[in-house]
Amino acid sequence: MNILYDERVDGRLPAIDQAEVLGALRSALPDLEILHRNEDLRPYECDGLSAYRTLPLLVVLPVRLEQVQTLLKVCHQRGVPVVARGAGTGLSGGALPLSKGILLVMARFNQILEVNPQGRYARVQPGVRNLAISQAAAPYGLYYAPDPSSQIACSIGGNVAENAGGVHCLKYGLTVHNLLKVDILTIEGEHLSLGSDALDSPGFDLLALFTGSEGMLGIVTEVTVKLLAKPQVARVLLASFNSVEDAGRAVAEIIGAGIIPAGLEMMDNLAIRAAEDFIHAGYPVDAAAILLCELNGVEADVTADCARVQAVLEQAGASQVQLACDEAQRVRFWAGRKNAFPAVGRISPDYYCMDGTIPRRQLARVLSAIAELSAEYGLRVANVFHAGDGNMHPLILFDANVPGELERAEAIGGKILELCVAVGGSITGEHGVGREKINQMCVQFNSDEITLFHAVKAAFDSRGLLNPGKNIPTLQRCAEFGALHVHHGQLPFPDLERF
Amino acid sequence: MSLAGDLSQDLLDQVKQALASNTPLRIQGSNSKAMLGNHVAGKLIDTRGHSGIISYDPTELVLTARAGTPLAEIEAVLAEAGQILPWEPPHLGPAATVGGTVAAGLSGPRRPWAGAARDHVLGSRVITGHGKLLRFGGEVMKNVAGYDLSRLLTGSFGCLGLLTEVSLKVLPRPRQCLSLRLHMPAHLALSALAEWGQQPLPISAACHDGEALCLRLEGGEGSVQSAFQRLGGELIDSRFWDDLREQRLAFFADSQPLWRLSLPIASGTTGLPGRELIDWSGAQRWLKSTAPAAQIRSQAAALGGHATGYSAVADSFTPLPAALLRYHRTLKQQLDPQGIFNPGRMYADL
Repeated sequence: MNILYDERVDGRLPAIDQAEVLGALRSALPDLEILHRNEDLRPYECDGLSAYRTLPLLVVLPVRLEQVQTLLKVCHQRGVPVVARGAGTGLSGGALPLSKGILLVMARFNQILEVNPQGRYARVQPGVRNLAISQAAAPYGLYYAPDPSSQIACSIGGNVAENAGGVHCLKYGLTVHNLLKVDILTIEGEHLSLGSDALDSPGFDLLALFTGSEGMLGIVTEVTVKLLAKPQVARVLLASFNSVEDAGRAVAEIIGAGIIPAGLEMMDNLAIRAAEDFIHAGYPVDAAAILLCELNGVEADVTADCARVQAVLEQAGASQVQLACDEAQRVRFWAGRKNAFPAVGRISPDYYCMDGTIPRRQLARVLSAIAELSAEYGLRVANVFHAGDGNMHPLILFDANVPGELERAEAIGGKILELCVAVGGSITGEHGVGREKINQMCVQFNSDEITLFHAVKAAFDSRGLLNPGKNIPTLQRCAEFGALHVHHGQLPFPDLERF
Repeated sequence: MSLAGDLSQDLLDQVKQALASNTPLRIQGSNSKAMLGNHVAGKLIDTRGHSGIISYDPTELVLTARAGTPLAEIEAVLAEAGQILPWEPPHLGPAATVGGTVAAGLSGPRRPWAGAARDHVLGSRVITGHGKLLRFGGEVMKNVAGYDLSRLLTGSFGCLGLLTEVSLKVLPRPRQCLSLRLHMPAHLALSALAEWGQQPLPISAACHDGEALCLRLEGGEGSVQSAFQRLGGELIDSRFWDDLREQRLAFFADSQPLWRLSLPIASGTTGLPGRELIDWSGAQRWLKSTAPAAQIRSQAAALGGHATGYSAVADSFTPLPAALLRYHRTLKQQLDPQGIFNPGRMYADL
């Protein structure tokens, strides 16, 4: 286990006395709610990556931005690390606490400040839930496009910090494509507005830099998101295939035909069976793979595109293509996909969700390599895939109560990510690096690139107090753990062409 | 695909020499965006020899090209496969390069619907102020590993490093395209656009030229036809949008200073003296005016936006607030510690 903060390789943290910091915060912020007893801290010891837990030094629950500003100034002055947290649904441990750091919970900033239908934007506090924005915009026929599967619970501040995605990214982009402005506080307590109410702003594109920066550069205090007009209609096609290769080819051919589906999802047989067993979505349990293709827009276009896609799917060798005949069936088709994770949770005591991206043309090759790894490590892997944008979510099934299985799951997960990098992809498409993929960063980036990332960090947080240990590994860590993979001249997957 | 023209090692050597001798560099492709920002007093480093499309697979929707590749070459290759650069980058000159296009970060008429230049930059290779050739991002649609340096470099006018290669997201050309013209005054056009923006209409460009509202409809045959039936108006040649993007309309012809105002999308008329052309459904205004820069900037700021001078005036970019400028300086200092990349192009001390 090398995931929890290790001062030996992740950098020394200042020695901090809990009582002393508590006293300083109480005198500077008498009305700030601070948790300090172990039983109160316990609920905050992890985020959505619950296999890894650390009790924070203190938890603070501010309700006013001045409190956040003062807190940051105090922490900056005293050299106390700060880890920001929204709803705590992140899957990469981005909000994993530090035993020597304060956990700053932004969840109580949960007000929608403005919904402006003419300007097609909503201005919200960081603790507002993703889905709540679309709900508030719905009376105007508008919505906020990014829809991570945790959208019922995850908050927009965290979405910005992680550059959250969802199932509609190919057509509508990630969080970064759907923001106008983000207000932040730096570790020095200085307020900056990044972006603007217009479509661009003078200077460097710091809005893009901050999006997905995992709480390393500043604390999000307000977000202005773009709203889009709701499409008139949405239709879903469900196609079954006897091989994943055929399904992969069908994806390329749909896009080659000039069609950009709103969603294009693939599931392999294990995922299909788990989902069908759980949701009864009407999936063909004997198919090697299914594709779900959603087309949305104006009625006439959607009807025409459905016919085109159907022809492409049949041409590509689909054994069966079904068009959801009504809204109820459409929702049921999606329910199977959207519940794929909990469905897999029913067939295995534990599962570990990966998030690599690959160029789509590598799909068949990557899936067969995953199958080989699965056999080698003796763990089942179910594959759920945002096929349209090349974002894979292999789910590694294991039982944490069986000694060694968690370690094997971590090992195969690391191999899968290295495989994604080897075929020209990335270790994370939408879940973020956080703590989980910190070692794999050393595979995707060389030491000069990692050094440049540290330079960016230093421009905003020269003392490294915001979320230390996340997102960007130290060179010491890469030397120790990354070295296993690349620096001994023995590349993983030597048979693959390098990119 | 052309593989000739890999001069990255040569460019890297030039940067290393500049670092060794502390010589500022003026990075230049075809110099088609010279009207933006300040003149850089530095040794010329020409990117045009480093040219060629490195990879392009239409089914992956990604194209990777060297910085000196002519934008026109890229657009021609995409057109053969029925694809486009969705943000319609302005060339502003016959030999514009893709590196300059990304470094300037400008976007054309489709911007409010398709996104900006930076929204389509997936990855880059860049020579840094530490004399290294590094790679950030990649050729995949979704990639959140590390900081998004490719998007930070987009629109930074070469002040943070020398782009040598970019990977761009491309899209299929819409099946159907119709352009139309509706006679109505500007204020009515703006309120109509604010209303239509809340509806799922296939509008992909909207401009008021002083007399009439010009709209482009793009999408499937059905949606474009039904929107045309609903909106009416006279059909015009869709090359109008190329002329708008390239500043070839009569509006741009006279010798008065040209300003670009970037405003919130539902802003009303600006009330500034001079002639105004509305683009981006109201979010971009072209202004021909002899009014003082301070007046134009303060009015743009009052409306929630900013103004950029396009007439080769000094200080074309809107000054930054003090706190933001401080972090721009620290970022420049970190990424280009010797200050050799395009010093002063955007702001005096960056």
